[in-house]
Amino acid sequence: MAYSPKVIDHYENPRNVGSFGTSKDVAARRDIGIGIVGAPECGDVMQLQIRVSDQGIIEDAKFKCFGCGSAIASSSLATEWIKGKSVDEALTIRNTQIVEELSLPPVKIHCSVLAEDSIRSAIEDWKKKAAATAVSSSCSSI
Amino acid sequence: MISSNKTPIYLDNAATTRCDPRVVEAMLPYFSERFGNAGSRNHQFGWEAEDGIEIAREQAAKLIGAQSKEVIFTSGSTESNNLAIKGAAEIYARAAAGQTGRGHIVTAAHEHKAVLDPIRRLMREGFEATFIQPPADGVITAEMVAAALRPDTILVSIMWVNNELGTINEVPQIGRLCHEREVIFHTDATQWVGKMPTNVETDQIDLLSWSGHKIYGPKGVGALYVRRRKPRVRLEALQDGGGQERGMRSGTQNVSGIVGFGKACELCTQTMDAEAIRLLAMRTRLETELVKRIEVTVVNGHATRRVANISNISFGFVEGESLMMGVREIACSSGSACTSASLEPSYVLKSLGIGDDLAHSSLRLSLGRWTTDADVDAAIEMIEHAVSHLRRLSPLYDLHKEGIDLSKIVWQSH
Repeated sequence: MAYSPKVIDHYENPRNVGSFGTSKDVAARRDIGIGIVGAPECGDVMQLQIRVSDQGIIEDAKFKCFGCGSAIASSSLATEWIKGKSVDEALTIRNTQIVEELSLPPVKIHCSVLAEDSIRSAIEDWKKKAAATAVSSSCSSI
Repeated sequence: MISSNKTPIYLDNAATTRCDPRVVEAMLPYFSERFGNAGSRNHQFGWEAEDGIEIAREQAAKLIGAQSKEVIFTSGSTESNNLAIKGAAEIYARAAAGQTGRGHIVTAAHEHKAVLDPIRRLMREGFEATFIQPPADGVITAEMVAAALRPDTILVSIMWVNNELGTINEVPQIGRLCHEREVIFHTDATQWVGKMPTNVETDQIDLLSWSGHKIYGPKGVGALYVRRRKPRVRLEALQDGGGQERGMRSGTQNVSGIVGFGKACELCTQTMDAEAIRLLAMRTRLETELVKRIEVTVVNGHATRRVANISNISFGFVEGESLMMGVREIACSSGSACTSASLEPSYVLKSLGIGDDLAHSSLRLSLGRWTTDADVDAAIEMIEHAVSHLRRLSPLYDLHKEGIDLSKIVWQSH
């Protein structure tokens, strides 16, 4: 199976690779949302970390991916697309847009699904942390 | 779509081999001036074709220590395996078609699909089977086969060399056991014959499959050895017609292919001893360097009971298909099957109890007659570079460095 030039480009020059710290470092940070989806036995694990402003804008995004070239390209592309967007805008990204952009063949559609899932999962994580912080701050003000 | 203008390094000789030019040369006259049908007994064209086939039969027999009459030409190992397994099961069945309890067959879980699937079909037709689970080193011993035998066992089919791992099963010992117990013994020797010395008499084999294109011959031609004495093995033909190949394989013979197959067998007889030494030195260097340079790199299968040309290596924390993409200048195989809808890693690696993550992280590199030292050096460099690129991207490698045990994590499977 041949890969599309865009998949090859993301594979060879992945955008926004990395993290904002080790899993322990970032666990407590309320400006960071973490999404980890997939499993090693399925051959794909995607980790997406987003740094979100108080206004709900995704200021930065970093990814790591264990998976095939299409999975790497899908997650790399996802970081490019969500940077600068509000979390609500980011939630409108659909896997079909990733399939189209990267010309993924049918057997690779699950890679794009995983990328969409990682965005949702990271945003959910950030929202949960933000809500927890809001509760605790209201308690401390009493 | 991307294509490279440079020819990749070919390290997939367990999949197929390049035809030896001497084989091609031997075949060519049989497309033109010697085009006859070996079944035409009344004219020169037929006689020439028949002579070509009988020389090839002798060359093939010599490679495995058989009599030429015991060699049946087929279209390749898949057909040879089907003919051996289904053909023997029908003849040695203990009950008529349509009934249950027709007989028991022993094989192993990590056999090739061309053995497993014919046996699964027989199971739907009233036969029973035991699939021996291989140990972590992949080697099937006579002791394991002995434990699987039953009073109603009619056939044992154990491959000589595993195609994904290169591991060598205890074939002479299994052959002896089967003869003691009067059970027919078939071996799929596709990855063994032509590479290692074979003698069907001392190795006590009843049925043996091999293929032309794995031994620098043409595709679409192979052979099945069928023992003629002590015991005389009988087979039910799968294909009926003109009664060619002692009635076991009807159909006009592929004369040019068979001539090429014979030539390929002859060349292997002459060169395999020196070739095995050369290949083992190259493969040892390949494995030693990769394990030394890249941490968490595991050579799968038994350390020493392996043929000289096959290496199956897992590189922890990187996925096999992306690794193949990173080494596009090397033509090889991956244990990962991410291209299939199932997302299942190799059933062979899984059967050894290798973790799914490592099974997804494997490459099969197989050397051959045309592989050079320079190819091996280049492959080592490319693989090292690609693994390091992918580990920079791998969340699993980060977790490993943080000292987190990946097997203890609860993953959100999708």
